[in-house]
Amino acid sequence: MSEVERKVEGIARLSYGRLVASLAFRIGSVSGAEDAFSDALIRALEVWPEQGIPRNPEGWLLKAARNKAVDRIRSEQLAIKYRTEIDMLLGDLDAEEEKGSVDPRLRLMFACAHPAIDARLRAPLMLQTVLGVDAQRMASVYLVSPGTLGQRLTRAKAKIEQSGIPMTLPAEKDEYDARLDDILAAIYAAYAVGQNGAGSGDAKATSLAREALWLASIICSALPHAAEAHGLFALILYTESRRPARTHTQSGQLVPLKEQNPKFWLADIVEDADQALCNARQHLTLGRFQIEASIQALHMARRRTGETNWDELQILYRGLVQISPTVGAMTGQAAVEAEVSGPEDGLKLLDSIDHLHRDTYQPWHATRAHLLARAGETERAIGAFEKAIGLSDDPSERAYLVAQKAKVLSGKEL
Amino acid sequence: MQYILMNYTKPAQIATAEGVAAAAEGGLWGAYTKALVDAGVLVGGEALHPPSTATTLRIADGTRDIHDGPYADTREQFGGFYVIDVPDLDTALMWAARNPAAADGAVEVRPVLMRE
Repeated sequence: MSEVERKVEGIARLSYGRLVASLAFRIGSVSGAEDAFSDALIRALEVWPEQGIPRNPEGWLLKAARNKAVDRIRSEQLAIKYRTEIDMLLGDLDAEEEKGSVDPRLRLMFACAHPAIDARLRAPLMLQTVLGVDAQRMASVYLVSPGTLGQRLTRAKAKIEQSGIPMTLPAEKDEYDARLDDILAAIYAAYAVGQNGAGSGDAKATSLAREALWLASIICSALPHAAEAHGLFALILYTESRRPARTHTQSGQLVPLKEQNPKFWLADIVEDADQALCNARQHLTLGRFQIEASIQALHMARRRTGETNWDELQILYRGLVQISPTVGAMTGQAAVEAEVSGPEDGLKLLDSIDHLHRDTYQPWHATRAHLLARAGETERAIGAFEKAIGLSDDPSERAYLVAQKAKVLSGKEL
Repeated sequence: MQYILMNYTKPAQIATAEGVAAAAEGGLWGAYTKALVDAGVLVGGEALHPPSTATTLRIADGTRDIHDGPYADTREQFGGFYVIDVPDLDTALMWAARNPAAADGAVEVRPVLMRE
């Protein structure tokens, strides 16, 4: 898909999301709202790339949906209700939109992240309802069959409707904060999953990663004072900026961050990330995404200074592990400790992570393999490399680890 | 629940029995098998001699029909399988994604019918 086509699709999906969210809020049904606009979206995706983006994208979609809504809905009463609501939305559009009104997509995202919805479904649910991504596109990236994912999403939407999950922002601060955290975690999960499959140039995974970026930017613009939202946005942007550097052009092998050539990092995306991190730091609440983004920013500084400030990274990781002691954070911390005070210290940290979390966590084994090799424990390093290879689901990463293992076997330095 | 993971690979890479054995022990398959064992999910599995060693038998219209070669003449061929015991299909698919055949061919995942 060309850059222009991607832009058109982005605008279509964002407008679609706003309308679905608005209508869903009014009629109390997410799937009903989707039904009303899905044909209009398909039409837009066909027509807009040729005819150009209409001056009023939402108005266009609303008009296209007005009659279609009636065709799709069997119940006469519902049809009248939907048409009335759509007319009202059209009316709202003509009138000046009041500044400071809640972005309707935000309400929808809060509903999707409700505790009653299975945590694993929140990300695909948001991608589908807010951005119109269909199950077919998401399923393989989530390692589920499209039919299964479609069913689960349908059930989740029915649950929102039937159990009366409100499409509003929680009034109580604690509930609001917790739900926002869950939304951000789901967006990050959506991005991470997309990243995982993108190692070997998986186009579906790459485009899902971009959709997650859209979700992050929606939250940022809807909640400009939410520091962690900006932190998450920065984190995802930094990771995105390194995409071209991630795979070796000839061998197709993964290139880990340490070995990446900064000239392949996308400078304009890094700038956007720096800006987002700056926005985050305007507000005084510190959180895991801001720290993770700051860690990324430190790594990215190598493009200017030619070096990595491991001492600063050590401090940041200690902070991160304190507020978010995940196996991922602790594994990252171990790698940094090794850079500062030697592989043995890193290995000690790795071993302190409990078995339940580390046994099938592939990066733990990969990090351990490298540290063991650097500590001169060749035999155990080989075993760890084999473990990391066996647990990897990314062929480009496997190829890299196989090459590393071969280096260790032949006595070369890693 | 038990699932079978059926490995479909392009036979060109594994043309001889020695090749199959080497691949089974070697870098990718050996590591994968070990990962399944270490995770405590492996119930069983076998690697097979290459498809050229297969013989297929059919009885149709009362006549026996035997031909040299595998059942299906597809680009990817059945080369071996694992049986794993995991809580659900999602977990089985997670292991299937790590299977070397996934990158190179296909992995079919099917629930095993349990005998009471």
